[in-house]
Amino acid sequence: MELKDKLVSSFLAFENHINVDSKVHDIRSEAIKTFENEGFPSKKDENWKYTSLKSILKHDYSVFPKQEKALEYKDVKQYFIHDIDTYKIVFIDGKYSSHLSQTTHDKIDVCLMSSALEKPKYELIIENYFNKIAAKDSLAVLNTAFSREGAYIHIPKNQLVNKPIQIVHFSTGNEVALMLQPRNLIVVEENSHVQIIERHQSLTDNPVLTNSVTEIFANKRAIVDYYKLQNDKHKASLVDNTYIDQKRESLCSVHTFSFGGKLTRNNLNFFQNGERIDSTMKGITIIGDKQHVDHNTLVHHIEPNCESHQDYKGIFGDQSTGVFNGKVVVEKEAQKTNAFQANNNILLSDKATINTKPQLEIFADDVKCSHGCTIGQLDESALFYMRSRGIPKKEAKALLMYAFSNNVLNSVKIPELKHRITKLIAHKLGINIGFDL
Amino acid sequence: MLKINDLHASVEDKSILKGINLEVKAGEVHAIMGPNGSGKSTLASVIAGKEEYEVEKGEILLDDEDIDELAAEERAHKGIFLSFQYPVEIPGVSVTNFIKTAINETRKIQGLDNMPAKDLLKKIRDKAELLEIDRKFLSRSLNEGFSGGEKKRNEIFQMAMLEPKLAILDETDSGLDIDALRIVANGVNKLKSKDNAIIVITHYQRLLDHIVPDYVHVLYDGKIVKSGTKELAFELEEKGYDWIKEEVNA
Repeated sequence: MELKDKLVSSFLAFENHINVDSKVHDIRSEAIKTFENEGFPSKKDENWKYTSLKSILKHDYSVFPKQEKALEYKDVKQYFIHDIDTYKIVFIDGKYSSHLSQTTHDKIDVCLMSSALEKPKYELIIENYFNKIAAKDSLAVLNTAFSREGAYIHIPKNQLVNKPIQIVHFSTGNEVALMLQPRNLIVVEENSHVQIIERHQSLTDNPVLTNSVTEIFANKRAIVDYYKLQNDKHKASLVDNTYIDQKRESLCSVHTFSFGGKLTRNNLNFFQNGERIDSTMKGITIIGDKQHVDHNTLVHHIEPNCESHQDYKGIFGDQSTGVFNGKVVVEKEAQKTNAFQANNNILLSDKATINTKPQLEIFADDVKCSHGCTIGQLDESALFYMRSRGIPKKEAKALLMYAFSNNVLNSVKIPELKHRITKLIAHKLGINIGFDL
Repeated sequence: MLKINDLHASVEDKSILKGINLEVKAGEVHAIMGPNGSGKSTLASVIAGKEEYEVEKGEILLDDEDIDELAAEERAHKGIFLSFQYPVEIPGVSVTNFIKTAINETRKIQGLDNMPAKDLLKKIRDKAELLEIDRKFLSRSLNEGFSGGEKKRNEIFQMAMLEPKLAILDETDSGLDIDALRIVANGVNKLKSKDNAIIVITHYQRLLDHIVPDYVHVLYDGKIVKSGTKELAFELEEKGYDWIKEEVNA
């Protein structure tokens, strides 16, 4: 059976396990209908021209894992930022692991989507925020149809959350092939500040397909720093759909570090609903083999005096492929917008490919918008310069690549995370340099 | 120390060096002068091991060892240093981190541990002082946004840190005002010893007022066509290169 048909028929089984008499379930039922009509995107869709899901959709994925598997912290510690205290929301094959998690209801809610969807005390928030900004494209609606579990984070007014929150999804390989559809809702009220780190980690080489949706609401003057660490195994694929709604004077940033996985598609969408908003999207992609990473960004400037900053760096080796599709829309009312976009790429091999496409739609006349894409090789004259000072070729190359990704790395605000990413990059480049950039 | 015998080199099938012979002994300063396009910078790059240049014939010996097969970094580890005419900008890597990496990579090859941070900092301080370099300058990205003079001074600072056996200064005087020229030359002179040697490549005689050469060679059309003492440099300054060309072409 094709995956699409399997998913549609699984929806009936899914309904046996959930409360079907709820407003949320009306949304789910609507969503599965849309998915049934549309199916998975193909390369014929303009937005999917350079990314084909065909090879990853052919597996016979389990939609609901048959059995649960426990994990010991010591065995998976390496996947956490473990040298600092953090809140943790951890899932194993899509099921919440209370054993590995550290949640809270003390002043803030760092807990589970399933409880938020079911418990009456969250009803108002769910009604106000759930599925309000997620797109209606087929992958997002597919997630909506099966939305049940994920992270639920609610930070009330004037809270400076004192430690980062880690959202980690493990897949254990218990199933021959597994499809996961985590659903996260994050609401940050006025003047509050939160830092979140998200990771999807497969523990075996069994195929995993994750189709994730995260909705983030940053209210007045809220600050949200979100970090996505994508360093999964070779048979794990991820479609990440993230939507951020910002109110006036809020500051949101999303950093995406893509170093692994078979296929990764990041759909990152910012909506600026207020004045003096600042949105930042940055990423470092370093891949090889036949890996594929696609960054599809949208920033929608709706009101005046806002800024957006995009800075994506990519290093592609072997036969890997990269896509950057960055869309900036500036509405007529959004005067004095400053929108910057940069996408710089280095191809390390003749067989690596990058498709980069800026899309600017500007309807206001008093704005500053810039975009720049570069594709190049490592600078030979810089390599010779470094080698002539005694730095071996491999280290010189790595140093240049570090230097290349430096401004993105430097804006990571959690030192331990920055250190971890530096190490991951060094590992990825196969060297050890004697200093942190 | 350095012995070049009948060196022929080309880039992209274009023959540039056409039979260079040169011997430089420890403790000596040699100046190589010549008109534009005569092959001066090529000679410097070939000695330093730039891969684009093909050595077609002849040999380069460093302490009697043929270095033709050695990579640029291996030559650096053996004590060859090239001060670039156009130093490359490397955003994101500070001067300090760069020099630290260069020193420690060289030490690694020599079987030594990393230089202790304290010693390294002291050395950086001393050498920065020698070249009148502001400490703040050292935390800036290598050569990024540096003025021409700052770049050259930074080259000589790296030379001071690496203490090469053979230093080749390629047009180090270009882009320097008279004060910077004095500082750079003074730095080079302080680094000169009986155990190392310096090759100064320049168009003009003015640098040679400060770094006094033992020998002056004129390179023209890929060959050394005339050698002499520092008086030759004065003669070239006065008369230009045309008389050399005429002599050669006659």
